Amino acid sequence: MLDYLLTEEQQMIRDLARKVALEKVLPKRLEWDEAGEFPWEAMKAFSAADLCGLYIPEDLGGMGQSVFNFCLATEEISRVCGGVGVTFAASALGSTPILLYGTPEQKKKYMPEIAAGKKLAAFGLTEANAGSDAAGIETTAKKEGDYYIINGTKQWITNGGEADTYTLIAMTDKAKGARGASAFIIEKGTPGFTFGKKENKMGIRCSATRELVFQDCKVHKSQLLSKEGMGFIVAMKTLDLTRPGIGAQAVGIAQGALDEALKYARERVQFGKPIASIQAIQHILADMATQTEAARALVYACARMIDAGHKDYTLPASEAKLFASDTAMKVTIDAIQVLGGYGYMKEYPVEKMARDAKITQIYEGTNQIQRNQIALALIKESASKK
Amino acid sequence: MDIIVCIKQVPDTTEVKINPETNTLIREGVPSIVNPFDENAVEAALQLKEKHGGKVTVITMGPPQAAEALKTTIAMGADEVVLVSDRAFAGSDTWATSYTLSQTIKKLGKFDLILCGKQAIDGDTAQVGPGIAEWLGIPQVTFAVKVEVNDSKLTVERMLEEVNEKVECPLPAVITVVKQMNEPRLPSLKGMMRAKKAEIKTLSAAEIAGDPKNLGLNGSPTNVVRIFTPPPKGGGEILAGEPDEIADKLIAKIRERKII
Repeated sequence: MLDYLLTEEQQMIRDLARKVALEKVLPKRLEWDEAGEFPWEAMKAFSAADLCGLYIPEDLGGMGQSVFNFCLATEEISRVCGGVGVTFAASALGSTPILLYGTPEQKKKYMPEIAAGKKLAAFGLTEANAGSDAAGIETTAKKEGDYYIINGTKQWITNGGEADTYTLIAMTDKAKGARGASAFIIEKGTPGFTFGKKENKMGIRCSATRELVFQDCKVHKSQLLSKEGMGFIVAMKTLDLTRPGIGAQAVGIAQGALDEALKYARERVQFGKPIASIQAIQHILADMATQTEAARALVYACARMIDAGHKDYTLPASEAKLFASDTAMKVTIDAIQVLGGYGYMKEYPVEKMARDAKITQIYEGTNQIQRNQIALALIKESASKK
Repeated sequence: MDIIVCIKQVPDTTEVKINPETNTLIREGVPSIVNPFDENAVEAALQLKEKHGGKVTVITMGPPQAAEALKTTIAMGADEVVLVSDRAFAGSDTWATSYTLSQTIKKLGKFDLILCGKQAIDGDTAQVGPGIAEWLGIPQVTFAVKVEVNDSKLTVERMLEEVNEKVECPLPAVITVVKQMNEPRLPSLKGMMRAKKAEIKTLSAAEIAGDPKNLGLNGSPTNVVRIFTPPPKGGGEILAGEPDEIADKLIAKIRERKII
C-alpha cells in the first residue's frame, strides 16, 4: 500500500475507526442489511469513540475541522459496511450547511450535539421531480410575519426519520428559479413535519432513506440559513465539500471487496493449488488493487487540498467522487468474479458490497453530473487562458 | 470515590508456549495486551466513577513496556496510571506481586475500592487480588459479576459455579471481577490522544518502600517444578442421525448405564 505519510493522529483515527467497525459493525452487517435495520448501535459506538466530530472545529465540540480525517474514518467504516458508512457520512452532509453558512448562534445551537454524536443530521434537497435538475424543487417556504410556512415533500433523504437536525432547501420565490431557493434548519418534532415512506433499497440497506413531509410546517425566521435566495449556493457548496467523503466511502467499499477477494483467492483450492497462484486471478487482483489505490490517492489529495485552504476545489472533488465510485463498482463486481459462485451467494459479503457500491455512482450528483461539472470546469479554465 | 484498578500486561493469546527447560512463558513475538479480566475491572471502575464521581487510578507491576498496557486504560478513560517497575521485582510470584502492589497502594494513599480481574490469562492463579487484600488487611470479594455502592457499603453479586451469591461488605475492599460483569468499552479518540501524550509515572522498589525479602524471585516462595499439558479428557461419543433417532440412542445409552 502507498504510504500517505499520515500523522500519528491520523493513524490513530484510521485504526480506531477500523477497530470500532470490526467490533461493532462486522458482526451485524448481514443482519442489518437483510432487515434494513438502522445501525444505531454502530452510531452510538462512533459517538463514544469521538469519531462523529472529525470535520467540526474544536470550539464547536469537534475534533478539529478536517475533511481528510473525516475521509479516513468514513473509508474504514465503509470498508466493513457501506450502509453504515453512508449513515455516518450523511450526518456530515446534513450539518455542513450549518457549518458553512450558520450564524454563530445557529452553529452553537446545533453543532456540538452533532459533533458529540448525540444527534444525527440529514440534508433535504432531492424531490420526486428534482433530482439532477435541482432547479425543479417544488417545496415552498412562504414568509408570514416572523415565520416561514413550508409545504412539500422531500424524497430519498438519508437518515430521514432517524436524524434530529435537518437542513432543507425550499423555494421562497419560485418566480426567481434557482435564485429563489433558500436553506432552512428544521428540527424533528416541528409541527407539520412528518416522515413518509421508508424505501426498500438495492444496497446500503441499513441506512434510512425516507420522505420528509411538510404540511403547513411553521418555522421561525431564525431557522433560515444564510439569506433568502442563497439556497442553491448553500446546496452546491455543501456538496462540493462532502463529495470527497462519498469518494472515501467508495474507496472503503472497494478496499473491503479487495480484502475479501485476496483472502478467498489464497484459501480456495482448485486444480490442486490456491487460485491465487493462477495468473488469470492474479491479474484481476492486481487491477483491483491498482484502481483502488489510485482512487484513494485522488480522494486523499483532494481532501488535503481542501484542508490546506484552497477555495476552488469543485473540479478535483468531482473527479474524486467520480473515479472512486466507478472504481468501487468495478472492483466489487470483480471481487464477485474472483469468488465465483460463492461470491454470488449472501453467505459471502461481496455481493452486498457490489449492491452498496452502486449508489455511490448515483447519489450526491450522478457520475454523469460529475462529468458535466468536470467538463465545464475544464472548458472554463481553458477559455480563461486565451 | 477513589478507585484503584490493578492490571497486568499479558501475551495476546490463551495458548502461550512454554519453554520446557525453564518452565517459563515464551513471550517473544507474541503481542501484549491488557489481561482481559482486568479490562472488565477497568470498565467496572469507570462505570462506578460515572455514577458516583471520583477518580480511577490504574496500576501495574511490570517491565517498562507495561506502560503500553497502562496507556490502553487511559484511552478507555482512566484518570491516572502508575507503573511499578524495578529489576528487583523480576521473578515475582503471586506473594511478591501482591506485596509489591499493596505497597504501591499504601504509597498512593487514599482509596475507597480496589478492583482486579479475577485472574490473569497467562498464570491463571487468581491469587493476586486476594493477596492484596490480605497485605492491606481489608475485606475481599472475589468473582464479582455485579457491584453496587451505597453509603460506603458494597453490595456484590459473586458468580459461583452453581449459584450467584449476594454479599455485603464495608469499604475499603478488594473486588475481583469476572468477564460476565460488563463489556469493556473501546478506546475513544480523545482518550487515545491523552494516552499518547501521557507521561507514565513510574515507582521503584525504593519508592514504594518495599522490603527486599518480599520482592522478586527472592521474595517468592512459589517454586514451579514443572509445567505440562495435561492429557486430554477421554474422547466423548457423538451421536449422529435425525433428532428423533439421536434421542432414542441417547435414552438407550442412559438406560444401559443405569443412570435412570
